[in-house]
Amino acid sequence: MIRSEAPVLLEIRGLHASVEDQPILHGVDLTLRAGEIHAVMGRNGSGKSTLSKVLAGHPAYTVTAGSVLYRGDDLLALEPEQRARLGLFLGFQYPIEIPGVSNLEFLRVATNARRKARGDEELDTFAFEDLVRERLQVVQMDPAFLDRSVNEGFSGGEKKRNEILQMALLEPLVAILDETDSGLDIDALRIVAGGVNHLAGPDNATLLITHYQRLLDAITPDFVHVMAAGRILRTGGKELALELEERGYDWVDEELARWQPTPVEVA
Amino acid sequence: MLTAPLDTPRAAGLAADAWSAALLASLPDPWAADAPDVAGILSAVRRRGWDGLRAQPLPSRRQEAWRFTDLGALQAVSPSLLPPDALGAASAWPSAAPGTLRLRLEEGPDALDPQSLPAGLQPMGVGEIEQALGQTLATTGCREHWPVLLNKASSGPVLALRVTGAVSTPLELVSDAGSGSGVLPLRLLLVLDPGASLELMQVHRAAGASLTSVVVEARLGAGATLHHGVVAEGGPDAVLLAHLAVAQDPESTYTLACVSSGWGLGRLEPRVVQIAGAALTRLRGLQHVGGRRIADTHSQVMFAGPEGRLEQVHKVVAEEAGRSVFNGAVRVPRAAQRTDATQLSRSLLLSDRARVDTKPELEIVADDVRCAHGATVSRLQQDELFYLQSRGIAADQAARLLLRGFCEEVLRELPPSAAVWHPLQMPAGPEATAR
Repeated sequence: MIRSEAPVLLEIRGLHASVEDQPILHGVDLTLRAGEIHAVMGRNGSGKSTLSKVLAGHPAYTVTAGSVLYRGDDLLALEPEQRARLGLFLGFQYPIEIPGVSNLEFLRVATNARRKARGDEELDTFAFEDLVRERLQVVQMDPAFLDRSVNEGFSGGEKKRNEILQMALLEPLVAILDETDSGLDIDALRIVAGGVNHLAGPDNATLLITHYQRLLDAITPDFVHVMAAGRILRTGGKELALELEERGYDWVDEELARWQPTPVEVA
Repeated sequence: MLTAPLDTPRAAGLAADAWSAALLASLPDPWAADAPDVAGILSAVRRRGWDGLRAQPLPSRRQEAWRFTDLGALQAVSPSLLPPDALGAASAWPSAAPGTLRLRLEEGPDALDPQSLPAGLQPMGVGEIEQALGQTLATTGCREHWPVLLNKASSGPVLALRVTGAVSTPLELVSDAGSGSGVLPLRLLLVLDPGASLELMQVHRAAGASLTSVVVEARLGAGATLHHGVVAEGGPDAVLLAHLAVAQDPESTYTLACVSSGWGLGRLEPRVVQIAGAALTRLRGLQHVGGRRIADTHSQVMFAGPEGRLEQVHKVVAEEAGRSVFNGAVRVPRAAQRTDATQLSRSLLLSDRARVDTKPELEIVADDVRCAHGATVSRLQQDELFYLQSRGIAADQAARLLLRGFCEEVLRELPPSAAVWHPLQMPAGPEATAR
């Protein structure tokens, strides 16, 4: 849903970032307004996942230039947990297994951290169980997964459902979903996409990071961005994704070759 | 350095090192006509201990079994029996879990009121003790180990129990050396009849410069089940030397969950023999070590017959300048075909100054067996921390969750009656969250 008057939730300007002194992002510009669904597409190594990790505050990534404003405030000055509490959510491409930590307790601690930041009452064990059972329906997840350790022994599809369950509980304002479709069969993809569609609304924004058109058959983006060599090469509507599907990424390489890359400034 | 008192010439010549000599000198002479005794058993045991200490000096790091474990902490322990009035007061303990029978281990058989023992549990008679005492130490090959000899030399009465059926009341045995200095010898003998079962919690506490010396022998008859929990929490000057010797008949199940923390020096030696194989042994160990302390587990499981199973997990949390040692021996001779054994050692290093030495020691002669082992030493995983943080959980709380998760695999195997002791409720130190 594109509304030019909708408030800007996330504003990325000239973002440069590196990991282990290796520059990956070379000036990303992107604006997300409330109600919008954006898709970032691109080849492996184009910087898509780095962008998502930088936004979430992964300690291995260093921002060397540029800025990110989250609802007008400097996002990069915040710890990862502060970003999450304020409503930024990263759905992991490879959700982490944490043996010995109960999924239910993890979900409750996380939900309460977010609720507290919003000024809502924290939920006790019983109230939380009611909430989580209701939200399980968003991803049609078996309650048995609540009693297991976080993601431990979950199949790829179960892990992704667990990610969307977390999103349903945390009610983010900006959800970044990194390759949420990878490793999913058609049924799991439909369920996960259904969950994302259900949670997308006029007050929040979604950033889908994906390789393939097939996720975008299930979730219709308002904007599609093509990323290459650490920046956004082209932006268009959903038809751009179809064009990519049809023409592949080779034209991206040609376009890149015509580009004179600007020197990267390392702070 | 301690020297033996000069006015005890007999003792001075009795042991191969000064500390042991001073200890022997302080003890009643087991050869004396008026030595305290239970039908001759006690004196005989103590004489064997004296003879042993005469021949064997305190273990040094030149010996393979003690290569990483320095017994230096003993030098601060008074070489004499811990005075009874120095024991920690039971009133300072948490209440026992409802329905649990709690006994003070230091009191030995005096702790028993035969009238109030639950069905299936009975004190052993002198003849039975005489027959069974020391058998399992011999079977498991640790009769001549220095800590066992020390225990024998200073030994008091033995708490000896026979389990004749399924005991529904959990048994809890507690020792508390309080803040005094000296040696606290504890000895337990358990015989489980075929098909019998028992849930046993063993708790050791010490605050002062004391040595808690523990020798447990458990003999499991065919089909018997022993669920054995150990929670040992000591102070920075306290020493714990414990041997847990277990002999299993076929179809029996022995589960040990052993959690220790805080001791200046703690050494646990679970030693299990499956006498004719075909039994199940489950060992779960967790040791937390910080300060400049040493935590050591030397385990040995021996399959003397075919089709035995072992599931072993040993976990370590080492912080500050703590040192952890794990040596896990598994012996599978030719007779032990179709043995199925797994051993996993996982250590968490929370500081650069902590040290972990971990060594699986698999000796496999039989050819048709499954023996898997693995050892990892790691820090708190950055990716796990970040995942929790990315869900709004603060770094220090995330570290605590991960630490607890790490320990949980062992803690959940403790008998339910252990919960009142709140084993290992450690705060995550600042180093745990540093990055």
